[in-house]
Amino acid sequence: MINDEVRIYPIGDTALTVEFGNAISLDLNQKAIAFADYFLDHPFPGFIEAIPAYASATIIYDPVVVRRAMQGNAFSSVTSIAKDAVESLAIDSERPTRLIEIPMLSNDECAPDLPYVAELHDLSEKDVLRIFTEREYRVYMLGFLPGFSYMGDIDDRIATPRRETPRTEVPSGSIGIAGRQTGIYSISSPGGWNLIGRAACETFTPKADAPSLLRPGDRVRFVLAE
Amino acid sequence: MSLLIKKPGILTTVQDLGRYGYQRFGVNPSGAMDRTAARLVNLLVGNDETGAVLEMHFPADVVEFEADVVCAIGGADLTAEIDGRPIENWHTFAAHSGSTLRFKGRVWGSRAYLAVSGGLDIRPWLASTSTNLAAGIGGFEGRRLQAGDRLAINCTTGIDSKLLHRAVSPSLIPYYRPFPTVRVIAGNEYACLNAENRELLEKQDFVISNNSNRMGFRLSGAPIKCESLAELVSSAVTFGTIQLLPDGQLIVLMADHQTTGGYPRLAHVISRDLPLLAQLGASDKVAFHVVDVKHAEELTAEFEQEMRFLRIAALGVETRSK
Repeated sequence: MINDEVRIYPIGDTALTVEFGNAISLDLNQKAIAFADYFLDHPFPGFIEAIPAYASATIIYDPVVVRRAMQGNAFSSVTSIAKDAVESLAIDSERPTRLIEIPMLSNDECAPDLPYVAELHDLSEKDVLRIFTEREYRVYMLGFLPGFSYMGDIDDRIATPRRETPRTEVPSGSIGIAGRQTGIYSISSPGGWNLIGRAACETFTPKADAPSLLRPGDRVRFVLAE
Repeated sequence: MSLLIKKPGILTTVQDLGRYGYQRFGVNPSGAMDRTAARLVNLLVGNDETGAVLEMHFPADVVEFEADVVCAIGGADLTAEIDGRPIENWHTFAAHSGSTLRFKGRVWGSRAYLAVSGGLDIRPWLASTSTNLAAGIGGFEGRRLQAGDRLAINCTTGIDSKLLHRAVSPSLIPYYRPFPTVRVIAGNEYACLNAENRELLEKQDFVISNNSNRMGFRLSGAPIKCESLAELVSSAVTFGTIQLLPDGQLIVLMADHQTTGGYPRLAHVISRDLPLLAQLGASDKVAFHVVDVKHAEELTAEFEQEMRFLRIAALGVETRSK
């Protein structure tokens, strides 16, 4: 892996971040996910978890266990482990990606902002949905809420900024757009994205051992269910 | 065998040391705000320190015991009384079936922790008993406790006299105070602060604003400016991350923080000092002092060594269960 621009820095005394860049891009995100996934197969003593984000991955560790196992400063030890992991990764070491199809409802109740998005771009509502469902999206990361997926990239023709006033409650399953990002409100929560549909399936199932339908790196296609 | 909530507190939840391992799915860790207090009260009553405790704010609950158990309270001093007798924080006490626990007034601190011998019987969700309030999952039905809630206690042998008259060594109790200087390590965007703004971060007293909760503490102070900084794409944040908001004010992320964030990270509170911060409330003050990560780690190692001795004395084991 090309690692010229990789930066490693602490984000507390129990975590460090490996930053591959500062942009939303497929390349940087693949690196971040491949790096985080590496530790699923190669945990070290004191490793707690690895969290991939858009262009970085963060390792959470127990400094006391690391110090005992590595006989030295934990931040330095985990930094060397991270550097080795970066070196050993090839870009094709990303796990095979999954394609998930999500049935999407877009009636008035489920898509309250569809008229606004259509009007903003001088399109019909049907066109907005056609453009939206035409392409495949990548799950860059999960965050904000348990199971909330940050996906992209949306066609410029329908990219829409966040609402000026966030809603106090967005129903679970709502599919929103914000700029060139799209995401599914896995659980109900306050939120400011424009809602253009609702997933007709659960994307976060608390009772399951793997509660989130989507994982970082998944490909998603929305299929109109009406 | 249970605890009955006769009258609910303003915000009482079941917590442990947090839910780790699922942040890649956006599942935030939650957990006790003052983890040291949660660990100490558990060890006092002979539980593993990862066990479920009640985290209480003031006004706190009126609790009726429906079992004979040994209890301990630590963290904030909320003037606990059992059947009218005062209870000292960090000391075990016996509660009999029919006893009532009340909290008469807040002396200092924001969060008190109650542990019962045998432990609360809470079904873990994703390997933790912590309550995730935003998602409404985990802990006791995913919510704050209400009147009439019955929390089952794991089978105990009643009042174990070995557990009575136990107290925490004062050296293990965090040096709580209403205006602490909290040690931090510099965050990645600290480098974007010029000398004047670094001084604003390190030399001024910040006031905890009313708009502070388990997710984060908003601080008010003279605004800080970050120079020539490109917009950041979101990345992981931690309990203790100090972010700079667009209006120049700071927010310290606390136990219920989201997994990721995109604001500049000026600093991160060191683990050793998180309990000091966790006990602050609105209008309390805090100041920051920057140390390096190696020093922060040594402070943690030193504290954990003492915890290890306590664990051996209390439970006869060297390492915690997870």
